[in-house]
Amino acid sequence: MSAFPQTAKPAKTIDRPGTGRRRLVRGAIVSACFLYVGVLLLLPLVGIVWTATKSGLSTIVATFQMPDVQHAFFLTGVITVITLIVTTFFGVLTSWVLVRQHFIGKSLLNALVDLPFALSPVTVGLAAVILFGLGGWLEPFFSSRGIQILFAVPSMVLVTIFICIPFTIREVVPVLEEIGKDEEDAAHTLGASILQTWRRVTLPNIRWGLLYGVALTTARSIGEIGAVLIVSGLIKGKTETATLFIFTAIEERQSTEAYIVALTLAAVSIILLVAIETARHRIEGRKEGT
Amino acid sequence: MSTPIVVQQLTKRFGSFEAVSDVSFTAPGGAITALLGPSGSGKSTVLRMIAGLENPTEGHIWLGDVELTPKSVQERRVGFVFQHYALFRHMTVADNVAFGLEVRKQPKAERQARVDELLELVQLSHFAKRYPDQLSGGQRQRVALARALAPRPEVLLLDEPFGALDAKVRQDLRRWLDELHTELGVTSLLVTHDQEEALELANQIVVMHEGNVEQVGTPTQIYDEPATPFVAGFVGSANVLHGHVQGGQVHLGGLRVDGASHLTEGEPATAYVRPHDVHVSVDSEGGEAKATVMRRTMLGWLSQLTLHLTNGETIVAHVPNEDIEGVKEGDTVWVDLRNPKAFARHADVEPQLVTGLTGSGRT
Repeated sequence: MSAFPQTAKPAKTIDRPGTGRRRLVRGAIVSACFLYVGVLLLLPLVGIVWTATKSGLSTIVATFQMPDVQHAFFLTGVITVITLIVTTFFGVLTSWVLVRQHFIGKSLLNALVDLPFALSPVTVGLAAVILFGLGGWLEPFFSSRGIQILFAVPSMVLVTIFICIPFTIREVVPVLEEIGKDEEDAAHTLGASILQTWRRVTLPNIRWGLLYGVALTTARSIGEIGAVLIVSGLIKGKTETATLFIFTAIEERQSTEAYIVALTLAAVSIILLVAIETARHRIEGRKEGT
Repeated sequence: MSTPIVVQQLTKRFGSFEAVSDVSFTAPGGAITALLGPSGSGKSTVLRMIAGLENPTEGHIWLGDVELTPKSVQERRVGFVFQHYALFRHMTVADNVAFGLEVRKQPKAERQARVDELLELVQLSHFAKRYPDQLSGGQRQRVALARALAPRPEVLLLDEPFGALDAKVRQDLRRWLDELHTELGVTSLLVTHDQEEALELANQIVVMHEGNVEQVGTPTQIYDEPATPFVAGFVGSANVLHGHVQGGQVHLGGLRVDGASHLTEGEPATAYVRPHDVHVSVDSEGGEAKATVMRRTMLGWLSQLTLHLTNGETIVAHVPNEDIEGVKEGDTVWVDLRNPKAFARHADVEPQLVTGLTGSGRT
C-alpha cells in the first residue's frame, strides 16, 4: 500500500460517506437486537438473582432445608429423569423411523410430533383430566386396579412427557438426514449387526444433536407448570414440583423462597446448556488439533 | 481361488417402477467387471443387490457355487466402496480400517497387524491417527478401499468410486487401483457411467440401459462390435446417420455405407460411424463423397472437423493433423466412411447427429 499512496487515498474518500451511513444503520440494528434480548431476557433474570440473593446466605440455606422445598426438588427430579428416559429412547427411535423408513402415514406422524408445540399445556392437562378424571375414559380401568393416575405422580409424568416429545426428535432428525445412510450401509457390509451399527456408527454420529435434545427436554421438564398444575391437585409435600412450589409460595406471600427456588431452576437449565456447548467445543477442537 | 459372481435373471421393482429387469451376467473370478451405463440404468441397484443392501424382487445371485440371495448383508462378506466414501467420521483412519475386523471379533494383535499392512498398501501409514475430514478426497477413497479389503472379502464391489473426485485425482487413482487389483486378484465389480474408466480398467464390460443388459463383452468387443444401437452410441462417440437398406448397404442420400447385409432390404436403417473412422483427404482420390469444412477444432495431435456433406448431413471427423495440413474452414475435402455399424431403425431412435462427443474427450 505504501508504494501507491496516491491511488489508495481517493478510493478511501469515495467509500467514506456510504460506509458511514451503513455503519450507523448496522449499529442501530445491533443495538436494537441487544435491547430486545437484554431487556426481555436478561433483565428478569437479573431481577431474580437480585431478589433471591439479597436476603442473605442464611435465608437461602434455610429455604433449602424446608421439607416442602426438598420434596418439590425431588419430585421435579423424578419426573425429569423418567421423562428423559422415555423421550430419549422413543425420540431416537421415532427420528430414525421418520428419516430411514418409508411408510404410509409418515407425514402424519411427522406432523403429530409437533402437536405439543401447538397446544397450550393447560389444554394438555385438561385432556389428561378427561382421560383419567372421575368418569374419564380410562379411569375405571385404573381405579378398579387401585392405581391413582390423576392428582398423583403418574399423570404429572405423562403430561410432562407429552409436552417434551418434540425436543429430541426435532434435534435428531436433521442430524440423521444430514449424515445419510451410507455409513450405516458400510458398517453392515463390514459385518456389523444392526445393534453394533447403532452403537458404533449411528449413535456417535447423532450424539451432539441428541445431547441438545436432552438439554432442551430437561430445561422444559423442570420448568413445566401449566399441564402439571391442572393434573397435580396441588397436594403439598405430595404432588408439588419445584415450579408448583413457586406458584403456591407466591400465593402465600413467601416470595423470597419462591425466588430462591426459581433461581435454582434457571441456574440448572443454563449450566446444562453451557456445559454441553463447552464440551462440544473442547471435543471437536481436540479432534481438529491432531 | 478367486470366485466368480453369477447373476441370474435379477429383477428389482420399486412399486410399479422396474429399476432392474431380468439382468443376467457372470463376473469372472479374479477379474474386474465394469457395469457401465448412464444414470438411472439400474447398475447401482444391481451392485447393491449383490451386496445385500437391497433385496431383489426376483432372481438369484451366486458367489461361485454358494447362493447369496437368502443371506444377509453381514453374512455375504463382500467389500463395498461407496461413491462418497462413507467413512466413519468420528473414527480415525486406523479405526475405520479396523472396524470390519473388530466387529468380527478378531484378536487385537492380529487386527493391528492387518491394519498396518493395509495402510501400507494404500500408502497412508502416516495418516493412521487422522480423522476423515482431515484427508483429501483421493486419500479418503483409499482409506475406504483399505477398510473394505481388511476383512479379506471374496469380492470387491465399487459403486462409482471415482465419481466425486476431480479429473487428475481420478486418473491417478484409476491407475493405482489397476495395479492394486493386479497384485490382489480379488474378483471386482465396478459401477461407472464413465466409458473411459470402464474401457481402461475392466477385463469385461456389462453395458446397462434402462434396467436391461445391452451387451456383455470385453472392452474391444464393446467398442468394435456394439451389439445394439445404444451401445454404439454410448460407448465411444459416433456419427448417427439415418437411411435405407439397399443391396446390403445403407443409402444415406448420395452416400452409402457397407455392413447392412444382415438387414431387411428397403427397411429404414441407422449407421453409426466413429469420428476417427471418417477418413478425410484433400484430394478426390481419397474419398467417395465431397464435403465442406464448417469448423476445425484442435484436439492436440488431431483435429476435430465438422463437415457438411453434399446431401445435407453434418458429420464429425477426428483426423490426424498431418493428413489435413493447411485445411481451413470453408475448404472442400473428400470423405470416406469406414467401419460403419448398421442397425435396423426403430421408431424410438431419435434422429440425432452425433452421440457421445463429449465422451471422446475428457469426461
